[in-house]
Amino acid sequence: MDITAMKHLIAKRVAKEFKDGDVVNLGIGLPTLVANFIPNDVTINLQSENGLIGLGPVPQDNIDYDITNAGGQPVTMVNGGMYFDSAMSFAIIRGGHVDVTVLGSLQVDESGSLANWIIPGKMVPGMGGAMDLVTGAKKVIIAMTHTNKGKHKILKKCTLPLTAKHQVNLIVTEMGVMEIQDDGIHLLEYNNEFTLEEIQDATEAKLIINQPKIMDLEE
Amino acid sequence: MNKQLSIEQLKQHVFDGMSIMVGGFMAVGTPEGIVDALLEMNVKDLTLICNDAGLPEKGIGKLINNGQVKTLIASHIGLNPRAGELMGSGEMEVILVPQGTLAERIRSGGAGLGGVLTPTGLGTIVEEGKQILNIQGKDYLLELPLRADLAILYGTEVDTFGNIVYTKTTRNFNPLMATATDKVIVEARDIVEYINPDHVMTPHIFVDYIIKEAK
Repeated sequence: MDITAMKHLIAKRVAKEFKDGDVVNLGIGLPTLVANFIPNDVTINLQSENGLIGLGPVPQDNIDYDITNAGGQPVTMVNGGMYFDSAMSFAIIRGGHVDVTVLGSLQVDESGSLANWIIPGKMVPGMGGAMDLVTGAKKVIIAMTHTNKGKHKILKKCTLPLTAKHQVNLIVTEMGVMEIQDDGIHLLEYNNEFTLEEIQDATEAKLIINQPKIMDLEE
Repeated sequence: MNKQLSIEQLKQHVFDGMSIMVGGFMAVGTPEGIVDALLEMNVKDLTLICNDAGLPEKGIGKLINNGQVKTLIASHIGLNPRAGELMGSGEMEVILVPQGTLAERIRSGGAGLGGVLTPTGLGTIVEEGKQILNIQGKDYLLELPLRADLAILYGTEVDTFGNIVYTKTTRNFNPLMATATDKVIVEARDIVEYINPDHVMTPHIFVDYIIKEAK
């Protein structure tokens, strides 16, 4: 599978996690793709931490540079949407009013801790709103490729500085869907292009595998 | 009370070593005219408090890349590579603060509060050196209020009293910063005769000066 196909597969599967009416915040990169796969019978309220709910598609023409997403890129607003300041935005986020946040990650571990904001000495972009999002959202979904070109990302214990401790609920990769529970990472669904052995080999943490379903990728 | 200020008169209100809060998110909602004036005046050793480091050619990125900033307090510097370099070389001190914590620290600075208690950052390097308080069975970090000498804001509609309306996502940190500094200067896209009192987002009592944006 090439990287584009992988990302589309992951985004498509994540999109099945939403309920009608959910308030959802999508991170930059792969998580943004999820918006393209929302089922027709589900309407979600996309929140962007720079101050809006009702995030619409990227405009092709008539660009309004006063409407941007958290990456500073021009976007549009859907009917019923609204703007607010940063304190309100984070009252929504930290106060538990976001149902689901979807983020990418550099590392996730079996206790549900994640690291996605800094590689000391190499990359120091800052945490932006990520620490607040994973701390405050009701459900935290990590959407990422299963490994970094073969290097493990799903670990026993994160080695990079943490974004937050014990906050991740679900991990979706091109190999499967994993839930963090008190006893570790349960493989709930797997992509049958891979064997269970291959999936475990691509994962440093020991997966708890108990009759997983085949990954649901129906449109 | 006439609050209108020319960009030349801005000189009287800035000095080397001062602290400035700058509205905007990835430079959306940043007063570019005032930033350009600060660039031209070449005021130095600034402490800037802003959501991010701007972009190389936009927002406070211009001041950072011109070496005018001693300390930056922000949540994200990823869109301005030079900021990362200056941080790495030690030429600029960068204090990274989670975005929601930054908002609340500014809000508490303006609202007369002694700080905020937040779960954000617990178990991470953000908690280093900070007090952890257990409130009703849950741990929180004590985050202290932030204030500065000056706030520079960008308003879409400003009336002659200084009441401000911000449009769309230009609002972001602007209304919070309006409350948390000794002096507030707003750059107005338009200066208008009338704003419906119900629609005012920053009350004029916070605003000291209005500079009309050059078109």
